[in-house]
Amino acid sequence: MFENLPYPDLILWLLLAGLLLFGLMAVNALAAVYAERKISAFMQDRLGPMGQGAGFHAGKWGLLQTVADALKLILKEDIIPRAADRRLFIIAPYIIFIGAFIAISALPFSEYIQVIDINLGIFYLLAVCSLGVVGLITAGWASDNKWSLYGALRSAAQIVSYEIPAALSIIVVVMLTGTLDLQGIIRAQEGLIWGILPNWIIFNNPFTFLAFFIYFISGVAETNRTPFDIPEAESELVAGFHTEYSGMRWAFFFLSEYANMFIVCGIATVAFLGGWQSPVPGFLDSGGWGLFWFFAKLLSLIFVMIWFRWTFPRLRVDQLMGVAWKVLLPLALLNIFGVGLWSLYIG
Amino acid sequence: MVLNIGPQHPSTHGVLRLKVKTDGEIVSEITPIIGYLHRCFEKHCENLSYEQVIPYTDRCDYIASMNNNFGYVVAVEEMMGIEVPERVEFIRVIMAELNRIASHLLALGTYGLDIGAFTPFLYMFRDRERILDLLEMTCGARLLYNYMWVGGLSHDLPVGFVEAAYDFLDYFEPKVKEYNDLLTYNKIFIERTADIGVMPAEVAINYGVTGPNLRGSGVAWDLRKAEPYSVYDRFEFNIPVGQGIVGTVGDCWDRYWVRVQEMLESVKIVRQALQQMPSEGDVHAALPKKVRPPKGSIYKRTESPRGDLGYYIISTGKPVPYRVKMRSPAFTALSVLDEIARGWMISDVLAILGSLDIVLGEIDR
Amino acid sequence: MSQDILNILKNAFPSAIVEQETETGDYLEIKPGEWFEIATFLHDTPELHFDSLQCITGVDWGPEAHLEVRYNLHSMKHKHKLEIRIVLDRETPEVPSVEKIWRVADWFEREVYDMYGIVFTGHRDLRRILLPDDWIGWPLRKDYETPETYHGIVVPKIKEEWE
Repeated sequence: MFENLPYPDLILWLLLAGLLLFGLMAVNALAAVYAERKISAFMQDRLGPMGQGAGFHAGKWGLLQTVADALKLILKEDIIPRAADRRLFIIAPYIIFIGAFIAISALPFSEYIQVIDINLGIFYLLAVCSLGVVGLITAGWASDNKWSLYGALRSAAQIVSYEIPAALSIIVVVMLTGTLDLQGIIRAQEGLIWGILPNWIIFNNPFTFLAFFIYFISGVAETNRTPFDIPEAESELVAGFHTEYSGMRWAFFFLSEYANMFIVCGIATVAFLGGWQSPVPGFLDSGGWGLFWFFAKLLSLIFVMIWFRWTFPRLRVDQLMGVAWKVLLPLALLNIFGVGLWSLYIG
Repeated sequence: MVLNIGPQHPSTHGVLRLKVKTDGEIVSEITPIIGYLHRCFEKHCENLSYEQVIPYTDRCDYIASMNNNFGYVVAVEEMMGIEVPERVEFIRVIMAELNRIASHLLALGTYGLDIGAFTPFLYMFRDRERILDLLEMTCGARLLYNYMWVGGLSHDLPVGFVEAAYDFLDYFEPKVKEYNDLLTYNKIFIERTADIGVMPAEVAINYGVTGPNLRGSGVAWDLRKAEPYSVYDRFEFNIPVGQGIVGTVGDCWDRYWVRVQEMLESVKIVRQALQQMPSEGDVHAALPKKVRPPKGSIYKRTESPRGDLGYYIISTGKPVPYRVKMRSPAFTALSVLDEIARGWMISDVLAILGSLDIVLGEIDR
Repeated sequence: MSQDILNILKNAFPSAIVEQETETGDYLEIKPGEWFEIATFLHDTPELHFDSLQCITGVDWGPEAHLEVRYNLHSMKHKHKLEIRIVLDRETPEVPSVEKIWRVADWFEREVYDMYGIVFTGHRDLRRILLPDDWIGWPLRKDYETPETYHGIVVPKIKEEWE
């Protein structure tokens, strides 16, 4: 998109795109936190943040609650423990943040809106998604706190393990569409299948249906959310790798966590749910509606993640690894063969 | 690696420090360090009159204060040979059982929290609130009641209490199914608690573990049945024991499950007590002018939500007790932790600790 | 305490039993010397089978008098109870530890040691349990004097009268 621009324009464009993406991440975090608070409140038979009466309060339905949260985080004292490795301690949140940021820049929000459109799109996304774990380990190590270290090591083991089933289930998509390009993958999902269902990869055959769930579960694990939130398991590790962080630095972890949710759900949307395609071909699928469909699918996946969090208890660390290596990995491998045979003989 | 869990930690249920030796995630030794909440309950008692001790017993097990009051007044009354009016006995049983339900709700809710399930906690707190409302209606306090006095009660039941109590029981019984759906039979919850921290019956008895923890190990021992005090011999209820439905007898899930069942049994007892309670009677009728037990000593046990709550009281015939020793069930329950939690993972240690349902106020006294 | 238990004990340990009496409860006073053997006997004999140690209470009978330890035993099988009392010398209060027989005694004995300074010989880990390790004195003894400061923190005086 930018390759042919003259040099100063290119920089301006990049800055603009960067700012927009950063804005998107911030808004996403604000909205997701608000959604999480409200959804959890409704699930738990309570109201959640509510503004009441006159004066300085959280606005109608507590809409300003997350803004107040953000403000609090910005104003909070920035504490760096004396025993911490200062340089690493400071740099760790940024590593995680950058990992999320460069991943989000490759997501195709609609047919026309995509910051970087590279023909290795999905491969790139999978690759940079795991960058965050470097930041986690750095944070855990630099904090000089046993809880942080435990959190970091658990998290490293967990993310590395769950990358594998996630990647293997994405391979299924690549096999069917024959491309690594995100727009190409979405375009391959045009039309209808069996006359009624949209031709999304999830509905392509039973194996891809399974692959979607394998990917989504792995995705939940990769974002460290309940029931796979052992790196920050509150009742065990206090706060895991970010125990010693406060204020803005902590906010960066927070931002990245929600950005990661966004990315994982984004990949799932692109790879399995037809990206910006309308579920009914020809129905509301012109220009701007692509954006709507993309976000609709993505946000409903995020809703499912929030739903998980407020329903399930937490797994233990060995059970967690067991799920990855003993259940998801064999299934994902089987899927590849299944899809191959299906497309050879049936599809 | 030596890891300090606590004194400030989200799942130590108070101010408790566990010095844990770990090898990676595996725990090889646990040393509980207690005493952070010690405030010399027993020394205080030696300087207070018998009546003044009652508010102090409230503050020991602040989750189930009624039961603490109950144990103490029963012991003093037995020393003095006081016959308490029947209505008082029934009101005491109702209060104690309501408080038991509230205590178990808190135990189960925070246990869910230890395992990482947040929602059941709030469901249980929602229902616990209603019990606290009932207790507040009765004696004006929500946590520390000072309701049972030697020979009687501080107040009679307020107008409308019986109806409110029936309303609560009707409301509460179906809710237990909700907890079961949400937490008890959740697959992940079972994975986390079944077969974990198995406490065989002999170990439990040897360590003096009592109450739901002992019953979780399959021993049907309940002082309300075994040595009935007050009017407990007039009610029909069962003693739920751990059966190892999803794992081994005596695992964390069994201890949890026993508490769920006990809430239902308590509901039964409260219903019967409400039906049988005499509608008239002065709750102050048997209050002694002076509480001066005769010279001698007594060791009296009652069944608190956490187990055998014993009071050893020595009287020298003065209005001030010579010695009051409280045998706290949580104290012995915590001492077994090292035995049953050794060799498990950090997450399991906290799951086991939660399943023992300790209250630090009572351990440290 | 039924007569049977007493007879069994008298036959086994004729010299250790000091007195038995009924006051408000049944108890048996024994000499500290053979306590560990008696405890083992109480725990292991099938007819007695005291498998549960309910409580250990320390008592101080005043600055001029003696210290005392009281054990409340209970049998889950036979449902009978027994209280053992051991009178100890104030200067050198020593009594054999029974934590090897009833593990629950481990913490109970530590608590009694913490509060009365009664030494349980043979205990594997006799430390203070409720009070800090560097605490001075035995708080539940009747002649205990509250320290004025603890690590520089002033300990408030007990008020004699209510204000």
